[in-house]
Amino acid sequence: MADDAPATDAEVAPDVAPEPELLHGAPVTYSRGQKVAHPTREQLVDLVRTLRDDDGYVMCLDLAGVDYLAHRRADLPEGVEPERFEVVVTLISHAQRERLRLRVQVPESDPVVPTLFEVHPGTDAMEREVFDMFGIAFDGHPDLTRILMPEDWHGHPLRKDYAVGRIPVQFKDAPSR
Amino acid sequence: MTIAENRNVAGTPGHHDGTHLTSEGAQEMDRRSFAGGVEVLREVGSVLRLSEAEAGADAPDDAETTIINMGPQHPSTHGVLRLMLELDGETVLRTKPVIGYLHTGMEKTGETLTYLQGGTNVTRMDYASPIFNELVFSLAAEKLLGVELPPRAVWIRMLLSELNRLTSHFLFLATNGMDLGSSSMMIYGWREREEGLRILEMITGLRMNHNFIRVGGTAADLPDGWQERLATYLESIPARLEEYEVLMTNQPIWRERLQGVGTISTEEALALGATGPILRSTGYGWDLRREMPYLAYDEVDFDVVVGTYGDSFDRYAIRLNEIRESMKILWQCIERMPAGDYRVQDKKVTPPPRARIDESMEALIHHFKIFTEGFKVPEGEVYVGIESPRGELGCYLVSDGGPTPYRMHIRGPSFVNLQVLPHLMHGGLIADAVAIISSVDPIMGEVDR
Repeated sequence: MADDAPATDAEVAPDVAPEPELLHGAPVTYSRGQKVAHPTREQLVDLVRTLRDDDGYVMCLDLAGVDYLAHRRADLPEGVEPERFEVVVTLISHAQRERLRLRVQVPESDPVVPTLFEVHPGTDAMEREVFDMFGIAFDGHPDLTRILMPEDWHGHPLRKDYAVGRIPVQFKDAPSR
Repeated sequence: MTIAENRNVAGTPGHHDGTHLTSEGAQEMDRRSFAGGVEVLREVGSVLRLSEAEAGADAPDDAETTIINMGPQHPSTHGVLRLMLELDGETVLRTKPVIGYLHTGMEKTGETLTYLQGGTNVTRMDYASPIFNELVFSLAAEKLLGVELPPRAVWIRMLLSELNRLTSHFLFLATNGMDLGSSSMMIYGWREREEGLRILEMITGLRMNHNFIRVGGTAADLPDGWQERLATYLESIPARLEEYEVLMTNQPIWRERLQGVGTISTEEALALGATGPILRSTGYGWDLRREMPYLAYDEVDFDVVVGTYGDSFDRYAIRLNEIRESMKILWQCIERMPAGDYRVQDKKVTPPPRARIDESMEALIHHFKIFTEGFKVPEGEVYVGIESPRGELGCYLVSDGGPTPYRMHIRGPSFVNLQVLPHLMHGGLIADAVAIISSVDPIMGEVDR
């Protein structure tokens, strides 16, 4: 065993290191065996459309936001610059019985992502939720309004710099303490 | 390209200049001329089939329609769902669901609770099927931890899931009957559900919000005599389902109220992200238990029920027959429940047995640490999806290596399924709206989280 191990490493290493796996131009990583692609904001819509039309990813299951303000990730592939926000899109291919996750980096200075509404109309409510909770705007979304919080709410609750219980009274016109 | 440039954000110019039909702030229903073709496209549910110009061509005149508000306290809106309806006479044109009345920030709360406490939080989301919420959260955390469960834990989870699917579908049958004027069905459905909840109570200690499925297994082993209790319950159901067939399925009034009401095609359901009975009612046999098996669903024998027409009747019939399929699985659970441990004996996640605490200082410290600061979960992110009674219930979990999730997101099937409402309701009568909302079976706790 001890003799074999270094030899195998030496054989495998040159094959793996230089060529990162790409999915229509987006680098691919694996997280606990789950396939994750890392497209840029510009690539996103075309990638999702190609995946839908050519690769059988017929449904967009989920679209969520993550605020990485307080956590330095180590799992991004080379060439993908970490940004504060991430929009995570989960697609499913029924034919291949496989899910695919797309993680899109969104900078704090310009929190805008093109909408997927034209490709998967079912992302309507999910994009509104991410807009409501993180303040990430979806360019081209037909009805980008708050969905869960009251429409006159200030701030975006799921951001990491939004403290729990910072606002004492939740209701319109209620006297504040 | 900034947020403020988006036309509907409160505070942008043009917001109170008379272009709107209601005075509802940002979430209002706009005039068609102002909202543009996309609004009309969404109304007819044809985002995929028509161009904006085609859809706009036969748009009705705003001046001839009425806007009424339904909910959030309307008894047939299943909790606090509110709908803005645009009517032409009695015909529904546009529907806009307004949600958020039950929003309690559970995803934010989830970031402050340890993985052991997290179950108490997620179980309150879909309160009609709490077991599934606990299951998906535990599966996601276990995927991050990389622990493998003993077979008995897996089968106990499957047993509880299917028992919960029974009670959830009975709740649907009860409320569906109630919404359509069959109040005897309301009583019957509640009676059967209550029987099921008593068994869940015997096993978990609580009727609802069990917090019984935990990361690493379950909270306890099955109690003595569970087989007999469950078998008695299962034996009582078939005769009652036959009664339902007489009372509802074969009854002309029931069929008239449901058949052909609120139809949807497979393509539309896929595009709108609808899963569960709504997708299966279109004849598309997609059930995660069969197609992407989790737990031990690949070892048990059951059928996936599909419909044909995608109407409210199919959605009713699918849920009725899924009760029969869940019973099949439950019988197999009774016969084949493996012996062994009900949780993984992994020191990282499992508190030491009670007896060890009395004799070992290390066990006492270990127990104290797990229940005060929680166990640490390795860095990473995963998505896990399971088939809840309402569709794909997903959990996206990000860990930064600490004892609480860095981000916990639940993909609620009701939240996504609600998007088919405007499409199902378009062109139908206002009286059918109640039947359609009921057939989508939304649970608002999960929609708003």
